[in-house]
Amino acid sequence: MTLLDFLNQWLGRQKPSGILARQRLQLVLAHDRSDLNPELLDRMRREILEVVQRYVEIDLEGCDVSLETDHRVTALLANLPIKGTRPHPVVIATSSAAESTAETTRPALAATPIQGL
Amino acid sequence: MTSAIARTILICSGKGGVGKTTLTANLGVALARLGHTVCVLDADFGLRNLDLLLGLENRVVYTAQDLLSDTCRPEQALVKHKQVPNLSLLPAGNPRMLEWLTPEDMQRISSLLAERSDYVLIDAPAGVEQGFRNAAAAATEAIVVTNPEVSAVRDADRVIGLLSTLNVTPTQLVLNRVRPKMMANQEMLTVDEVTDLLALPLLGLVVEDEQVIVSTNRGEPLTLRDNSSPAARAYHNVARRLGGEDVPLIDPTREPNGLRAKLLQKIKTTTGLF
Repeated sequence: MTLLDFLNQWLGRQKPSGILARQRLQLVLAHDRSDLNPELLDRMRREILEVVQRYVEIDLEGCDVSLETDHRVTALLANLPIKGTRPHPVVIATSSAAESTAETTRPALAATPIQGL
Repeated sequence: MTSAIARTILICSGKGGVGKTTLTANLGVALARLGHTVCVLDADFGLRNLDLLLGLENRVVYTAQDLLSDTCRPEQALVKHKQVPNLSLLPAGNPRMLEWLTPEDMQRISSLLAERSDYVLIDAPAGVEQGFRNAAAAATEAIVVTNPEVSAVRDADRVIGLLSTLNVTPTQLVLNRVRPKMMANQEMLTVDEVTDLLALPLLGLVVEDEQVIVSTNRGEPLTLRDNSSPAARAYHNVARRLGGEDVPLIDPTREPNGLRAKLLQKIKTTTGLF
């Protein structure tokens, strides 16, 4: 570690490289294990947002759909902050789709384990 | 001495240069010194080195190829270690064997060795291609060796995934070339981080140790006589844990450091006092 690195770390401008290594690996292992390429993941992300938007108004800026992995289980994690409910939700399916409409501004967090990897 | 069913253990890593062959040699010697009959099989046909690390390179007469073509008996092909007679090596065959070798061939070799030993350790080649798959076919369980570095961990993860599809189980982890100081400074992936990422039980931790290079230069695995250097102790502990003994793992960031602590450690291990 050079003096400059040390100073940067000490001033909180730079993370220790070990932490960076862990974060980068978490991401790359999730992608390696799921075998989903970024393009496919992006398409899935857009379609998920589309569906959710039919029911609730979401804060598109704060949306985050990503893969995460823990103990060899890869999960698709979606964090979609809800701004408000739609006055007339465009309901297509008949199941209990209205469950999450009550809560506003609280992020809807969904972890979906991906099977068969 | 020989048990009915030998354990056939693949030693693999994905990435090259992380310490597979060094672990195979040292673990082989350590297990043999515990009284087990051990065969080590060099399954790295492309780049064989296990003979060199064991100091047996000048005594190789027959190889796995001769064993497969029935030009020799297993007893003739196996090179016995002079200082540890219950350890023997089956040297890798010609690299051209890779063109026709099948997983079934490796299974045949492995069962011939298993009849004669308690442990068969298979030194796998780097990579995840056919050579690795052949070697994996010869084993029922595996030890994955990795270093606390991004590329080594990523490759290990690929190998762990493959091992589970090939039904090689259980799979355990040996974390090699650990630098305690860097870990303490958060400039290296920590032990917990690696085991969490790979989700494997930890069989052993080996700290970076210059004595490993010295011992490979001599062709004498560290575990042959040295019991005190950090890496030698780690390899001995791996051998004991493999046999089911409960040997606690030492946190490398809390190991004694500095000259005085090291001297005290040396006196403790050599005299057996305290």
